Amino acid sequence: MSSRLNVRKTYKLYIGGKFPRSESGRSYVVTDAKGSFLANASRASRKDARDAVVAARAAFSGWAGATAYNRGQVLYRVAEVMEGRADQFAAEVAAGEGLRPSQARTVVAAAIDRWVWYAGWTDKLAQVLGGTNPVAGPYFDFSIPEPTGVVAVLAPQDSSLLGLVSVLAPAVAGGNVVVAVSSQRRPLPAITLAEAFATCDLPGGVVNLLTGSAAEIGPWLAEHGDVNAIDLTGTLGASDGDEAADIDLARDLEAKAAGTLKRVRRPPLSGMQVGSPDWAAEPGLSRMTAFLETKTVWHPIGV
Amino acid sequence: MSASPPTAAVGFEYAPAPESRSIVDLRPSYGLFIDGEFVDGHGPSFKSISPATEEVLSEVCAADASDVDAAVKAARRAYNRTWSRLPPAERGKYLFRIARIIQERSRELAVLESLDNGKPIRESRDVDVPLMAAHFFYYAGWADKLSYAGYGPDPKPLGVAAQIIPWNFPLLMLAWKIAPALAAGNTVVLKPAETTPLTALLFGEICQQADLPPGVVNIITGAGDTGRALVEHPDVDKIAFTGSTDVGRQIAISAAGTRKKLTLELGGKAANIIFDDAPIDQAVEGIVNGIFFNQGHVCCAGSRLLVQESVVDEVISSLRRRLKTLRVGDPLDKNTDVGAINSAEQLARIRELSDIGEAEGAVRWSPPCDLPDRGFWFPPTIFTEVSQAHRIARDEIFGPVLSVLTFRTPDEAVTKANNTPYGLSAGIWSDKGSRILAIASRLRAGVVWANTFNRFDPTSPFGGYKESGYGREGGRHGLAAYLAGVEEA
Repeated sequence: MSSRLNVRKTYKLYIGGKFPRSESGRSYVVTDAKGSFLANASRASRKDARDAVVAARAAFSGWAGATAYNRGQVLYRVAEVMEGRADQFAAEVAAGEGLRPSQARTVVAAAIDRWVWYAGWTDKLAQVLGGTNPVAGPYFDFSIPEPTGVVAVLAPQDSSLLGLVSVLAPAVAGGNVVVAVSSQRRPLPAITLAEAFATCDLPGGVVNLLTGSAAEIGPWLAEHGDVNAIDLTGTLGASDGDEAADIDLARDLEAKAAGTLKRVRRPPLSGMQVGSPDWAAEPGLSRMTAFLETKTVWHPIGV
Repeated sequence: MSASPPTAAVGFEYAPAPESRSIVDLRPSYGLFIDGEFVDGHGPSFKSISPATEEVLSEVCAADASDVDAAVKAARRAYNRTWSRLPPAERGKYLFRIARIIQERSRELAVLESLDNGKPIRESRDVDVPLMAAHFFYYAGWADKLSYAGYGPDPKPLGVAAQIIPWNFPLLMLAWKIAPALAAGNTVVLKPAETTPLTALLFGEICQQADLPPGVVNIITGAGDTGRALVEHPDVDKIAFTGSTDVGRQIAISAAGTRKKLTLELGGKAANIIFDDAPIDQAVEGIVNGIFFNQGHVCCAGSRLLVQESVVDEVISSLRRRLKTLRVGDPLDKNTDVGAINSAEQLARIRELSDIGEAEGAVRWSPPCDLPDRGFWFPPTIFTEVSQAHRIARDEIFGPVLSVLTFRTPDEAVTKANNTPYGLSAGIWSDKGSRILAIASRLRAGVVWANTFNRFDPTSPFGGYKESGYGREGGRHGLAAYLAGVEEA
């Protein structure tokens, strides 16, 4: 049988709508669940994280200022583009998470459907979360949700696609822009997702994806003066199974985030409640509301 | 106040019209309000003085760690044994009852608030106390309607809330903290500010009068050490803090890695933007209300005035004329507009920042104004020729000091308004509705007042963007801070 040499894919970072290598020149070996070589991935550095924050900030006013209808259209388009690459996602999820092909297909389907779910939320949030306030005086007073700004997301370590989508989509649905650090050991679905972003209508910079170590990059994002919020979900499992180290990392990042009073979404390991969330469950509102501000506007009523 | 009025050409003569303080029955010393009783604390005692006269009003106790522990234990007991088992409608009825007692004792509360805080009786009587009662009424009604609030079919309280409030609106901040916490089913330990502890202790009496079950509300007095012990107590489920951004940061650090839910209402440096089509006379009233209300001791004060260049001369001359009519003096005089600075420490900070403003090149102006010899006083002050780099344009002064900057285009106004790490409030003055809505949507601030300023209502969510903190107080949104599993929005 005549053999053709495969064209292997180079997995790079996704910053500002482009696919750069890490400026540090570093990469690391990604293996499947059994330890076999899959690919080399870029190992993002502090500089990459800072570049990603700059790209995200530049994209913020456009994305936050887009109509809710438009944001919903774009999010639905992400689902459409993912659907076309479903087999590729399923192969990467199966290899990285050690799932059977049928399980992997179920996970990919859930990830695509999650975009559809959030696509439908963009133009309902203000009605569900906002409203008019019946103040005791001659004023028209209303409250509306607005995006917090640049959200740093440490994506789940275990669920490399469904978990990732479940933390990205709610932030961008609300109009935020995101700098995400993917699962360290299972980064490949994140970069393939970035390719979906690049070929749908999501403006460059709205989502930036870094592959590498949450423990290494997290502190720079937690301290960064132009990051408004941080999701610490990916601290769980960031320390190679050392749960005490995970808890220390989460505490350290939360304390660093306090320096500029960032909004913090704590990982599911504070206190007694330890364990990975059920990513297949219906998400509810809390991942959106965690990164929304309420603005209240007063205006006099009079003739 | 001094008998002679300000020597301004446009000033009016008024005879002093002091509110009687006989309605307030102050004890020489107060203990801590723990488990429904006033008990002796174990820390040192300290004096609460009138900032208008420096007379000692009463002695209170600085709660030590054992007192804090006793208060948290009482709150936990009350949560487990009574408050969480009470039918929600009954919980609400306690809050309605408290609201009614506040109304009945409103004059007493207002006089004591003005005595201890230094704010004009006109404000404590017409703003602080009525809003306090309104807050209890508003949240009373939520107690048995939480499942309709949009936080799931059966929202649960958090448990014990540690609440720390500032000295600028002692009673109103108490209401903002206690009313939603109790309505949602929590019990509380509240620490009033070191310099204004007395009205919170009077509120303890009101809880007794309402037959509120012991331990549901606990009031402990003290300074930073007491507050630190309270927020670091391991059996606290919730921390709600209103105060400086620096302390808020420390609290956020101390809460890191815990399960304690945290809401922070911190500092501000609000822009009050005057467009050239604004109704100037109304705008000037709004500017005055924005920065001289409550001596400028307001986190959402309109401390940065941004005036469109074409009207700056008109606005400044009107503002100066209006300032000459402000009456600074005795907080208990019903004619007083601007009362005493709350403490010697705060006065020193206002003086320091104002001196820096002059040293950095801004032009300082105050109306002629006789200040009393005793007590802590600072005249209403305007700085012009202020640049964005000046400290008085960047730092929260928390006093009756206005920094005036100018702009040419709406874009420039928005850029300058947002050029601050804070994001609590902002003001817009314009006759053009479409412009107001466009600017309001671009300001990164939690509360935007258009053609008005410093309005508050229990139904209206209040809270900041960026380093002004997180979480909202007031309205349906204010419940989220006290419910389990609900993220702020």
